[in-house]
Amino acid sequence: MAADAPTPAATTGHVFPGGSASEAALAGLDALDLREQRTGGLPARIWASLWPKVLAIALVLAIWELIHLSGYKKSIFPAPGPTLANLWDQLHTGLLWHAIGTTLQRAVIGFALAILIGGVVGALVSRIRPLRAAVGSLITGLQTLPSIAWFPFAIILFGNNTTAILFVIVLGAAPSIANGLITGVDYTPPLLLKAGTMMGLRRLSLYRFLILPASLPAFVAGLKQGWAFAWRSLMAGELLVIIANQPSLGVLLNTNQDQSDLVSATAIIIVILIIGICVDAAFGAADRTIRRRWGLTASA
Amino acid sequence: MTTTTAVTQTSAAVTLAEVSKVFGRGSSAVRALDRVSLDVPPGEFTCLIGASGCGKSTLLSLVAGLERPTAGTVSAGGRRVALMFQEPALFPWLTAAANIELALRARGAGRSERRQRAAELLELVHLGGFGGKRPHELSGGMRQRVALARALAQDADVLLMDEPFGALDAMTRDVLHEELDRVCAGRRLTVLFVTHNVREAVRLGDRVVVLSSRPGRVIAEFPVPIDRPRRIDSAPVAELAAEVTDRLREEMTRHGG
Ligand SMILES: Nc1ncnc2c1ncn2[C@@H]1O[C@H](COP(=O)(O)OP(=O)(O)OP(=O)(O)O)[C@@H](O)[C@H]1O
Ligand SMILES: [Mg+2]
Repeated sequence: MAADAPTPAATTGHVFPGGSASEAALAGLDALDLREQRTGGLPARIWASLWPKVLAIALVLAIWELIHLSGYKKSIFPAPGPTLANLWDQLHTGLLWHAIGTTLQRAVIGFALAILIGGVVGALVSRIRPLRAAVGSLITGLQTLPSIAWFPFAIILFGNNTTAILFVIVLGAAPSIANGLITGVDYTPPLLLKAGTMMGLRRLSLYRFLILPASLPAFVAGLKQGWAFAWRSLMAGELLVIIANQPSLGVLLNTNQDQSDLVSATAIIIVILIIGICVDAAFGAADRTIRRRWGLTASA
Repeated sequence: MTTTTAVTQTSAAVTLAEVSKVFGRGSSAVRALDRVSLDVPPGEFTCLIGASGCGKSTLLSLVAGLERPTAGTVSAGGRRVALMFQEPALFPWLTAAANIELALRARGAGRSERRQRAAELLELVHLGGFGGKRPHELSGGMRQRVALARALAQDADVLLMDEPFGALDAMTRDVLHEELDRVCAGRRLTVLFVTHNVREAVRLGDRVVVLSSRPGRVIAEFPVPIDRPRRIDSAPVAELAAEVTDRLREEMTRHGG
């Protein structure tokens, strides 16, 4: 990594065994090859990545305000100011935080289960040929099936409880995760496989040291997509599967609907949106880090 | 093949007997090699030269055991074979040092031994300070040198090299020629070295083998009776290179350019 980049002086200062003039020249060439990668300071970089997002938020607020000013459904349409104030107030109640906690806990458990199941299925399907023929297209089929369709099934099977919600999260997210891994394994460059075989990597070690790391970018892409499906399934689940005495974001939305409280409902939607964006951004960052490390980006 | 039960146990390190290789079937079949016979004695440095597409890479794949011959037998007499590909083929998720360490690990070296050997091998290819770099942070020439270090890390008896220095500038290439001479002399490596460059072949080889255009067939062999150390721009090298070039040119015109 960049931290242990040798300085040109250190390279040319090397004493080569039998060091000839051409060897010294080679070291000089290598020093030239070492491009200095200079990036701005941390604040500058944070600002550079932040301002488009700030602009986007400002734009959304402006359009929202304009719709409000146009007088559309004036009596019930929530204006940005009061909505944000409502959000601020709700953030000072334990209820919203409790709800966020419950929802995130389900998201984490459900997504972790999906990674486990999707990962194991993906690993097996990608390596075992008959299994691939049998299950491969089924996984893709499941991926296109809107997971909300599973809720009647899940509720009848498990009842109105968290298990039903987790079940649907896993069914929503696991196919994407499995497919990500399968794609990664399929697209392991044959040249690298040959290189690994020549080194003497076999079976498990080939999988561990070559195929799995080579699949990482596709796997992370699968995780990112899986998260989007998991988050959607979770929200749908919390609206459909009402569990008594367990406030969640879905339950809060349901209550708002019952009370025709459009302002509070909008505030909750903003919370859901922000959580989704933050997690997605985390996967995006992981993806970019991998690409940078592998040299898959156009420029550093 | 690298099988230990070689029936034709000769004194050669690598034996190809009447080897043919056909890719594909029916009308789209491509005959890459046609009844190639070649013996490489242990410790010999053999250079293979021939026009593009004549089956040089295919021949190395066969010796490496990555492909099976359509006809004939290939044997390395159970020796360990390392192959340096036409491209560096480094693992992009590993640093230069870790790429070499993985090769050492694959043959069972312990952690501290891996560290030490990888550092030594990087020094050997003059990349002592670059172990922490990832392949994409290195120049093409540096990557090829890491690939050389990785091939050497496999501690093979037979080293197959597929145009390893084709993409390097003359200066870097000369240094690596010297390095390769030293490594081979020190380890009694058997080398099968593919190149397009006739002078390079004469500079490095104990013997230069000329293949015909596709399908590849051995059409000439030139022993290289020039004392080492050699220089690529010395008169004896240039003289023999001219002779080999003439033979190659003859072959090409026979095929209508
Ligand atoms: N896997 C394959 N499938 C089909 N045809 C192949 C395959 N590998 C090689 N060939 C064909 O075999 C012939 C010989 O290929 P090979 O790569 O061995 O040539 P080469 O001598 O190494 O060429 P170059 O000097 O350009 O690297 C070519 O015509 C090529 O198209
Ligand atoms: Mg080739």
